[in-house]
Amino acid sequence: MNVTIKVKRFDADAEKPESYWEEFTTEVADNATVLDALIQVREDQDGTLSLRCSCRSAICGSCAMRINGQGGLACKTPAVDAVIDGTITVEPAGNMPVIKDLVTNFDGFWDKINQVTPYLQPQGPEPEAEYIASNESMLHLSGVTACIMCGSCVSDCTVLEVDPTFLGPAALAKAYRFTADPRDGDEDGVSLDRLKDLGQKSGMWDCTRCMACVTACPKGVDPMDRIMALREQAMDAGLTNNNGARHAEAFVELVGHSGSLDELKLPVKTVGIFNVPALLSYVPVGIRSLRRGKLPSLFHKKIEGVENVRRLVKKLEK
Amino acid sequence: MLEHDVLVVGAGLAGMRAAIAASSRGANTAILSKVHPVRSHSNAAQGGINAALSDRGDAWEDHAYDTIKGSDFLGDQDAIEVMCKAAGQSLIDMEHFGVTFSRDEEGRLGTRAFGGQRRQRTFFVGDFTGQALLHVMFEQLLKSGVRSYEEWFVTSLIIEDGIVAGVMALEIRSGEIFAIRAKTVIFATGGCGRVFEPSTNALIVTGDGMALTYNAGASLMDMEMIQYHPTTLAGSGVLLSEAARGEGAYLLNKDGDRFMKVYAPNMLELASRDVVSRSEQTEINEGRGIDGCVLLDLRHLGENVIMEKLWQIRELGMDLVGKDMIKEPIPIRPGMHYIMGGIKTDIDGLTNIPRVYAAGECANVSVHGGNRLGANSLLDTIVFGERSGNHAAEAVKHIKYVDFDEQAKIKEEKARIQSILDRPQNGDRVSKLRLDMGTSMNDNIAVYRDEEGIKKTVNDLKDMKVRYQDVPVDSKGKIFNTDLIFHLELGFMLDVAETIAAGALERKESRGAQSRTDYPDRDDENWLKHILVTQGEDGPQLSTSEVSITQWEPVERTY
Ligand SMILES: Cc1cc2nc3c(=O)[nH]c(=O)nc-3n(C[C@H](O)[C@H](O)[C@H](O)COP(=O)(O)OP(=O)(O)OC[C@H]3O[C@@H](n4cnc5c(N)ncnc54)[C@H](O)[C@@H]3O)c2cc1C
Ligand code: FES
Repeated sequence: MNVTIKVKRFDADAEKPESYWEEFTTEVADNATVLDALIQVREDQDGTLSLRCSCRSAICGSCAMRINGQGGLACKTPAVDAVIDGTITVEPAGNMPVIKDLVTNFDGFWDKINQVTPYLQPQGPEPEAEYIASNESMLHLSGVTACIMCGSCVSDCTVLEVDPTFLGPAALAKAYRFTADPRDGDEDGVSLDRLKDLGQKSGMWDCTRCMACVTACPKGVDPMDRIMALREQAMDAGLTNNNGARHAEAFVELVGHSGSLDELKLPVKTVGIFNVPALLSYVPVGIRSLRRGKLPSLFHKKIEGVENVRRLVKKLEK
Repeated sequence: MLEHDVLVVGAGLAGMRAAIAASSRGANTAILSKVHPVRSHSNAAQGGINAALSDRGDAWEDHAYDTIKGSDFLGDQDAIEVMCKAAGQSLIDMEHFGVTFSRDEEGRLGTRAFGGQRRQRTFFVGDFTGQALLHVMFEQLLKSGVRSYEEWFVTSLIIEDGIVAGVMALEIRSGEIFAIRAKTVIFATGGCGRVFEPSTNALIVTGDGMALTYNAGASLMDMEMIQYHPTTLAGSGVLLSEAARGEGAYLLNKDGDRFMKVYAPNMLELASRDVVSRSEQTEINEGRGIDGCVLLDLRHLGENVIMEKLWQIRELGMDLVGKDMIKEPIPIRPGMHYIMGGIKTDIDGLTNIPRVYAAGECANVSVHGGNRLGANSLLDTIVFGERSGNHAAEAVKHIKYVDFDEQAKIKEEKARIQSILDRPQNGDRVSKLRLDMGTSMNDNIAVYRDEEGIKKTVNDLKDMKVRYQDVPVDSKGKIFNTDLIFHLELGFMLDVAETIAAGALERKESRGAQSRTDYPDRDDENWLKHILVTQGEDGPQLSTSEVSITQWEPVERTY
């Protein structure tokens, strides 16, 4: 199969480094991945092309990049599926500075992982043998520890784009891996200190649920769902006195009122209608969501069966 | 100058375990790796890690015997005893660090069956045990505060009067060359799979540490012992874990027969890897394969088991060959996977170069002998990683740094690298020479070998080493010049390949992974010995050493 691959390049050694596009055409096997095609270009045509890759089997997390604008792993994307109008377009992962060609700088990524105290912190005495834990709890955690830290989610996160201080989907999913671990925290497995820290500004409450990370994640980790689970854990632990939690309470109130969520009202309720700077800070996210077709309809209609939903919410509140 | 008591080169499981151990004993420790630690190849381990837990009625002696028999009696029994005794605690340590091991109904660690073992003692996390362990080890590394040089590439060892004084390293991001002074250096640089094409190993697994220490005077041992794994994908060579057979998958030939009943009537698909790979190769050679492959069939396990315990493997099948193992069998064949050989060390990881240690796949203690049991390698990395780290941390209390002229060393190394960058753009491309090397190795030093084939590869390699001197690089820049890295790695691989071929030619018997059609029997009288390779004036120099036998005399090996 002949493929044309258009690569966004960046030569840091150049006198005035600038990004530019370059097209290559190469012959690959029918079941080749985008990574196979890139390696072939590098090996046969242009050794100056830099990218990270190692395992070729979606486990080392090296080869995340944007393929046709979408974050993901080159080694997990069949080349055939990635051809659009005769061309595969690849760029470095987003939300990270570029070092060279498709190689990005992960320093910020790892800083954020570090910020969530990324190791198990059991409070009680250590047992002599293993901790007793249910297989279900371990299987559940394995769904999160399946994260290979490739950065695809961070690349496509719409919040990070406007607020680089946001912990981001990878670090928050990593944090959830501990808060949901029955071995971490107090004897009931509640990691209160972690939840408090994660509830601060730039933490779990700053996710706008745009789903970009869920789409980008090549390992089915669903970072956004983990962030939502963190919020639930925080509410369960009684951590309600902050913007985020008030946001969640507002959520319950709004849904209770009209049966579905009016996302446009949500920021107002959360930060309070008089917090103008905070409100304004939501605007870029809103604009970007609109571009991606994710902003809710401007007219908020009542949905059918609203009474039932209201009753449900009442029940949940109890 | 950058300076550390203990410098660990390599940040896979063995390296990180060593660094954590050394720093917990108060040594000024640093770890250096050519890729970020979590990108290391330990990630790729799918199936699990072995340990005999006594509170479960298992005994370390049984694990030791299975290991020794698996090794075809070439493993050193003193080292195997050390590993199997330490296994339980090492495993529990990993659980306490946070690994999300699979559990049984009572919430205790659960096991799965693995090849060559008489009972279940393989602990696992789904089918991504290596990744689960590696990421948790990295968490502990962060907790330890050890200085980590990420994306730094060691280009050579600094040896003064036969003693190591440090290493020369290239910071890949900046392209700068540094000398790092160290009282002790622990090599944990992993295997050398890319010497073969194809291989299950990641692209970064290029035998650097073996070549670096070999060039500095270390002995490599039993390098001919190359494991071909029974279940790899044709083409890419990507692995489908033994966990599949551990959970009950069948191997079928083109007639739909479970052919292992002929070769290993008791253990069937779960015989030792060398045995299963040979059986498959025989089926294929005798015309009962399909396009050079046999079939791995999971269908009878059912969707639930596959989705809970083998889902990554299923994904690989779908991504790489477009087949869903829930619905259809998948073609597989023996493929290069692991090297039992490596840098010769004692049970504390010390090599024959003073103050240089080695641990993990780059080392040979020797616990795997002629054939490694599945799930014993992860164990090897953490047990001997920890022991090396501990030993080095104690040793540095009594020794001083060795002096050298930093500027002179940097100048010399820069000049060497510049001369590569300055080569004219003629001669073979790196990729071409690497493919030629890999193909020759895979043609002649594979499941079955004979003198004629091995000699051909020995000669091919001589020729390639000459050609290598003219291989240019396209990329002349400093920043993230991967082209230069591949060039240096190819040099390391050619050195390692030569030692593998030399060992294979020397061992005139069939034992473990060395299956010589011209010497089909095991010959304990002449070859119950390790083969040592050191670098001589004109190529590898060979010698032998005794195998340690503590309590298990060699017997005939059947499964
Ligand atoms: C696909 C696959 C599946 C496997 N499954 C299992 C299993 O289920 N159970 C089991 O027990 N074993 C398994 N193994 C074997 C096992 O995974 C490896 O033997 C083991 O992980 C090796 O670990 P290590 O720490 O020695 O090396 P690695 O994890 O390979 O780490 C090597 C390190 O050295 C660094 N390095 C190398 N060269 C340089 C240099 N020049 N400069 C700086 N740094 C350098 C690298 O960056 C890396 O950090 C499997 C192997 C493969 C390939
Ligand atoms: S190369 Fe390892 S994740 Fe793609």
